[in-house]
Amino acid sequence: MNNMNWLAVYPEIILLAMTCVVAMVDLWVTDPQRRPTYWLTQLTLVVVGAMHLGYFQEGATVYAMQGMVVADPMGHLLAFFACIATIVTLVYARPYVASREMLKGELFTLTLFSMLGVSVMVSANNFLVVYLGLELMSLSLYALVALRRDNANATEAAMKYFVLGALASGFLLYGLSMMYGATGSLSIPRVFEVISLGEANKSVLVFGVVFVVAGLAFKLGAAPFHMWVPDVYHGAPTATTLLIGAAPKLAAFAITIRLLVEGMIGLAVDWQQMLIVLAIASLLVGNLAAIAQTNLKRMLAYSTIAQMGFMLLGLASGVVNDNTLSAANAYSSAMFYAVIYVMTTLGSFGMILLLSRQGHEAEEIKDMAGLAKRSPWYAAVMTIFMLSLAGIPPTAGFYAKLSVLQALISTNNPLYLGLAIAAVLVSLIGAYYYLRVIKVMFFDEPTDSSPLGAPADVRVVMSLNGVAVLVFGLLPGGLMAWCAQAIVKTLAT
Amino acid sequence: MLLSLSIFLPIVCGLVLLALGRDDQVKAVRWLALIAALASFAVTLPLIGGFDSSTAAMQFVENQPWIERFNVRYHLGVDGISMWFVPLTAFITVIVVIAAWEVIEKRVNQYMGAFLLLSGLMIGVFSALDGLLFYVFFEATLIPMYIIIGVWGGPRRVYAAFKFFLYTLAGSLLMLIALLYLYFQSGGSFDIQAWHQLPLPLSTQTLLFFAFLAAFSVKVPMWPVHTWLPDAHVEAPTGGSVVLAAIMLKLGAYGFLRFSLPIAPDAAHHWSWLIIAMSLIGVVYIGLVALVQQDMKKLVAYSSIAHMGFVTLGFFIFNELGMSGGLVQMISHGFVSGAMFLSIGVLYDRVHSREIAAYGGVVNTMPKFAAFALFFTMANCGLPATAGFVGEWMVILGSAKYSFWLGAIAATALISGAAYSLWMYKRVYFGPVTNENVKTLKDINAREFLMLAMLAIAVLFMGVYPKPFTDVMDKSVSHLLKHTGTSKLPVPVQPAAPAMSESPAQPTAN
Repeated sequence: MNNMNWLAVYPEIILLAMTCVVAMVDLWVTDPQRRPTYWLTQLTLVVVGAMHLGYFQEGATVYAMQGMVVADPMGHLLAFFACIATIVTLVYARPYVASREMLKGELFTLTLFSMLGVSVMVSANNFLVVYLGLELMSLSLYALVALRRDNANATEAAMKYFVLGALASGFLLYGLSMMYGATGSLSIPRVFEVISLGEANKSVLVFGVVFVVAGLAFKLGAAPFHMWVPDVYHGAPTATTLLIGAAPKLAAFAITIRLLVEGMIGLAVDWQQMLIVLAIASLLVGNLAAIAQTNLKRMLAYSTIAQMGFMLLGLASGVVNDNTLSAANAYSSAMFYAVIYVMTTLGSFGMILLLSRQGHEAEEIKDMAGLAKRSPWYAAVMTIFMLSLAGIPPTAGFYAKLSVLQALISTNNPLYLGLAIAAVLVSLIGAYYYLRVIKVMFFDEPTDSSPLGAPADVRVVMSLNGVAVLVFGLLPGGLMAWCAQAIVKTLAT
Repeated sequence: MLLSLSIFLPIVCGLVLLALGRDDQVKAVRWLALIAALASFAVTLPLIGGFDSSTAAMQFVENQPWIERFNVRYHLGVDGISMWFVPLTAFITVIVVIAAWEVIEKRVNQYMGAFLLLSGLMIGVFSALDGLLFYVFFEATLIPMYIIIGVWGGPRRVYAAFKFFLYTLAGSLLMLIALLYLYFQSGGSFDIQAWHQLPLPLSTQTLLFFAFLAAFSVKVPMWPVHTWLPDAHVEAPTGGSVVLAAIMLKLGAYGFLRFSLPIAPDAAHHWSWLIIAMSLIGVVYIGLVALVQQDMKKLVAYSSIAHMGFVTLGFFIFNELGMSGGLVQMISHGFVSGAMFLSIGVLYDRVHSREIAAYGGVVNTMPKFAAFALFFTMANCGLPATAGFVGEWMVILGSAKYSFWLGAIAATALISGAAYSLWMYKRVYFGPVTNENVKTLKDINAREFLMLAMLAIAVLFMGVYPKPFTDVMDKSVSHLLKHTGTSKLPVPVQPAAPAMSESPAQPTAN
């Protein structure tokens, strides 16, 4: 555990080096379309993603940087999906940012830095590394939200995001320092040992856990720490919304696993209760508030809150009656949920990017009106995304919900059974507003008859995204097995 | 392979139509849809020929692993209970395509494609033997129907589409919980036939029974959760109403036979009074409600609810006559209600009104059509020698066997059925021509004649010679009755053996 193992962190090193290269190269790029920068960024992400996939398939768990980071299958798999999400985000975002004078070198550098932050978070093995990654990612994102600095909404959103984000980081850091005080270590495996030995002061530990959970809940956007989500999602340029809504959710999931499960599973009884409360609050707040929205971005923001609530239910069902038998099942179901959620979110926000053009933001629900007439194919693709978010088969979202529900029911505990029933009933409310988008697309007459102006690469990737959500709905087995494999191997070490 | 082909041929054809069809090649789209529907019907015919009615076992079985992580299998098969619904579904789809021929003018490919998709999905529901596979098909049928009602429907189509979707979803989500619960109780299997053998305590059975009841009673629909149906029927385009009445309602009734009764037989016996009461209220009260309707489609929609009340009544009196009667009623109602909605569609296409008051004396201008309509109306009120008679009569006999008064109350439905059907017929078709619209009506053309004739032959055949239908069901029905007659409560645990506490899970391991 005490050696550097450089090999295990090659993807991060390459990512860091290439980020600097991209920042430098961009200084000499004169092309207003920033093609060299763009392609270099994409190339970097493809290479890094491929490396993560390769490492994942090797399946080894390696401690590197003297035990500061752990390169295990879960970390690699999540980093791989984060790379894909970022690649797809950039494809969707390019025409949008180009037509809004946001296509600068900073966009790419900051995106890569936030990706680096995600990468660090998913493989952190030490409280400080978690925090380091979190700040690297968050600071890049704050700046990205404010990229369009002459736009009042975006500036406001950036301010809000920054202030509340800093507060949340403070919470998390405070909680972590409590844990440090009680256990005497910042290393996650060591904290785990101390807690399981039962030597640490329980009340300090619990106090710390409360703050850690609050910090994580903020990052995940779970109610009652959700206030920033709708404002930031709405205010940020849609391209940035996509960056905030996709890969960082995977990272937030990863640090939740790292901190709560790997570090503090001994306190599961305490944090599970908190997660259950957060989950129920999120499901209610998200689904009820989403009904009233007329802005598609705000609606999707509230839907995110609800979706995170559902995912938290999966995380909360790992330890029942001090029995961790169902842990792997529960956490892999939550991971599968997170991955499918990101895949669907990419598509649904991407569709807003695809429909918007110079001087027109297609972000109101009514902008979708009559899409089935303007473009039946994209209406069908968007329908798939909405059904997936609502959890209707045969889309991937159904299996995401199914796997969380089965994790709840597998506990064979009346409380969790009740939670499962509550969750499906609340998701019925969710179905209403997702269906409303389908209604607007199919049943209403178009108000805007201009042809879709998206370039070919956006169209192709969007179509692939839609097909992927459908294919994972018909054959979800492979992805589920990957998630299960990643979690089982991570828990085993 | 045959069942897979029956499911996926229409689905693939539907997707091709959705992908390739455009509104400037309407003609090609229509012919393609017709060929696809006919081909899909043709591949279901070998099922009838090849079905062995001397056994209650599943036939044409296909069993492949699908999602290994949850042990979900692509498991298909039909028995005497489900077999007839496969060709029936494909047949109704052919009728729907013909009925839409000149009527649907906008987004024809989407309309035809949606119905073909729907047809494949519904066949999937009838032939799935894996709980999750069933659920996927069951839920997926909502999507095309939602689009059909919402895009081609009447003025309040959006309301009706939402109501339809959310009502059904509410019920089926509870069923999903029940399916997952059974998955864990059976030690990790979604196999419906394994669930049939699973011993369960009465409390569990009751919960499962009500979870399934939530899903299936909405779908059937039974009083008091029937209110979505009149809305959906009134607003849906003709084809939508036909499929809804002829096939979709049967998904719920079929669910009772495949899930509720065999999985929770003790709870089913225990709560049968509730279902019987709900069915009787449906039969009697909804029959009276139908009597006062001003809108033809609404009237037929209420009459559908009343007829489906006979089906559920037949299932829960637990005798062979009742159960086969319910099944026969399901098939006959498929033909008759489909035909009733088509007849209304024929009038609506010409006059664009569904109000009974907007008609009168149609027989004078459309004699051929009036003859067909009379025949179907008679079938709807259960005249002997039509399909409507056989099922209702069997159920009434069955209920009389169960209890005289039950039979007597059920029999009153024949009177109210005749009353509302014939009264509507009288007001719409008989009498002098009342207005200009009716005066200028043109009688049915060859296309409409063809589709009505196809249904009329089916209705007549089933009324005169129901043997092929009942023969197929016989073995499966008696098997199911025998199964539901056997208690599934776990044998009391022997006091001295602590290891026996796991005994409920053991039979599935074998």
